Amino acid sequence: METTSDRLLWMYRTMVEIREYEETMAKVYLEGKLPPKIQKGLAFDIGAGPVPGEMHLAAGQEPVAVGVCAHLRDEDSVVGAHRPHHFAIAKGVPLNEMTAEMFGKVTGLGRGKGGHMHLFDPAHKFSCSGIVGAGAPQACGAALAAKKLGKDWVAIAFFGEGAANQGAFHEALNLAALWKLPVVFVCEDNKYGISVEKGDSTAIASNADRAAGYGMPGVLVERNDALAVFEAAGVAIDRARRGEGPTLIEVKTDRYYGHFQGDPETYRPKGEVKALREHDPIPALGAVLREQGLLDDARDAELREAIRSKVQAAFDFARHSPYPDVAEAHQHVFVD
Amino acid sequence: MTTQQKTRTLTMAQAISEAIGQEMERDERVFVMGEDVGKYGGIFSATTGLYERFGKERIMDTPISETAFMGAAIGAAAEGLRPIAELMFVDFFGVCFDQIYNHLAKNTYMAGGNLTLPAVVMTGIGGGYNDAAQHSQCLYASFAHMPGMKVVVPSNAYDAKGLMIQAIRDDNPVVYCYHKGIMGLSWMSYFEGSTNEVPEEAYAIPFGKARVVREGTDVTIVTLSQMVQKAVLAADTLAEEGISAEIIDLRTIVPLDTETVLASVAKTGRLLVADEDYLHFGLSGEIAALVAEHLDSVRLKAPVRRLAVDAVPIPFSRPLEQHVIPQVDGIVAAVKAQLATPIGL
Repeated sequence: METTSDRLLWMYRTMVEIREYEETMAKVYLEGKLPPKIQKGLAFDIGAGPVPGEMHLAAGQEPVAVGVCAHLRDEDSVVGAHRPHHFAIAKGVPLNEMTAEMFGKVTGLGRGKGGHMHLFDPAHKFSCSGIVGAGAPQACGAALAAKKLGKDWVAIAFFGEGAANQGAFHEALNLAALWKLPVVFVCEDNKYGISVEKGDSTAIASNADRAAGYGMPGVLVERNDALAVFEAAGVAIDRARRGEGPTLIEVKTDRYYGHFQGDPETYRPKGEVKALREHDPIPALGAVLREQGLLDDARDAELREAIRSKVQAAFDFARHSPYPDVAEAHQHVFVD
Repeated sequence: MTTQQKTRTLTMAQAISEAIGQEMERDERVFVMGEDVGKYGGIFSATTGLYERFGKERIMDTPISETAFMGAAIGAAAEGLRPIAELMFVDFFGVCFDQIYNHLAKNTYMAGGNLTLPAVVMTGIGGGYNDAAQHSQCLYASFAHMPGMKVVVPSNAYDAKGLMIQAIRDDNPVVYCYHKGIMGLSWMSYFEGSTNEVPEEAYAIPFGKARVVREGTDVTIVTLSQMVQKAVLAADTLAEEGISAEIIDLRTIVPLDTETVLASVAKTGRLLVADEDYLHFGLSGEIAALVAEHLDSVRLKAPVRRLAVDAVPIPFSRPLEQHVIPQVDGIVAAVKAQLATPIGL
């Protein structure tokens, strides 16, 4: 990604890929989970079907992932949270192995042992956690390692606005500023911590304001817009790479699905998602690309078709992969 | 003269929220704090309907700040209030365990008994629905291992209500663990034996009184929580083959009803512990040790057996998870193996 045009196109393509992935997962996830083939009386069975367990989808939040990751190199680390697919895809985690992990298959990133909230891909320097706020200190560790090793690598911690009320977040910010670590904290404000609105969980409107208390720059990106994120992240990542320390960025973004698939969303005003979707960030970036002559209908159709095939191939790979042998349950607690 | 009690069939989740609601009506010092306990009604429906009845001053949604609200429960309890703090998944205790085990559990002792902390920590436990290593553990034995907390682990709606009322009225810290797979949720398969008849009025079930779920003569299955429901199904299968299993539901593990366990094992001569917590250094070892310490009065016909989660994190993949968490078939097989293995010399 040498030129800005390359990066813009990459961001667009990657947003389309994330959206295609999440929408495909939303459908596949429901397979086997609805009546009549589940326990009588249930509306939904979270443990049934080819992709069992919880599922947190990131459709609508693509700008955060691509706007930041467009600046990253292979050696840079990313630590995501419980809603991790968009970050993983933007960091280059291979779709086949990632999808197989969510199916619990032996070909998955963690041989089926982790599942969708626990994706580990050391080759692409990506990890995530199902515990809210847990990633921020770990990103500090990756940044500390870069510093000790004398590299100009950076580390990114992605988390939701709910995580900014965890002690781990505040401790990590202080540590990062104190040790001048090359880390960027990126807070996705999608308005809700499960059902609780930000205003009911957080004493101030913008988490970016909290940065001042730790002696680092705080930046608020007020629009769910890939270019706006790209711009803010570029400044922060360059600063970190130059050894000038951490930055906290908060992005106001939009969660199109529930907290998890199957969330009744009774806490959400009717029509909210529909209204959000009218300002979808993907066509917005597409329009910019078209203005610059980087995209037209034919090229758009072509790239969307290629992405559809790629995503489909990943789900096929996962579906047709075998489950691990049960003996594997007892392996990998320790390395040999 | 006894009056006829009015009962209805309730899920465990309904029984818990009813218990909390009745205690909140009775005692204005009782209130609830936790993530999504308000409008959402609790992720596992343990507080459904309470926000509408009692409002946001008494059913308090918290930030995702477990250390803050767990510590706040301690502070409020010390002032005489009776908080119920919901830790959404027990696995999240890692975030706030200092408040729980270094303070909630110890302050009364360090104050020489001069401090009362009547707080309930209510939490979702258990796996079986592919929620992987950070959202599927039981961990009740970890609380029981450390002194200063009573630990309640109900297996059905009737017990869940009576034990919750007792927990709220108790003047000590109580950790109340409900297994997600017996709550009777509309979005997770569950064992129907956990949904049962529950009286409308408030009643308390004393702690430390195990329940003999089913009498038997060949083997004693000591168990708790969702595993009680699995043991009942296993006992049905065993009965078809002429094997008579006695099932003991511990209901609380602190205090532990040692008397009921020992009396049953003395009668049957065989002990199987069926547990969904980790095998090592846990509940099943504790029960086995209890029996070993009483071999002067208990005569065993077969070595003790333990079924629990081997020393691995709960794997995500369905076949692996089903393999590491004891299932009905595993209980049946363990009992048969036990009957075929007499004590050697």
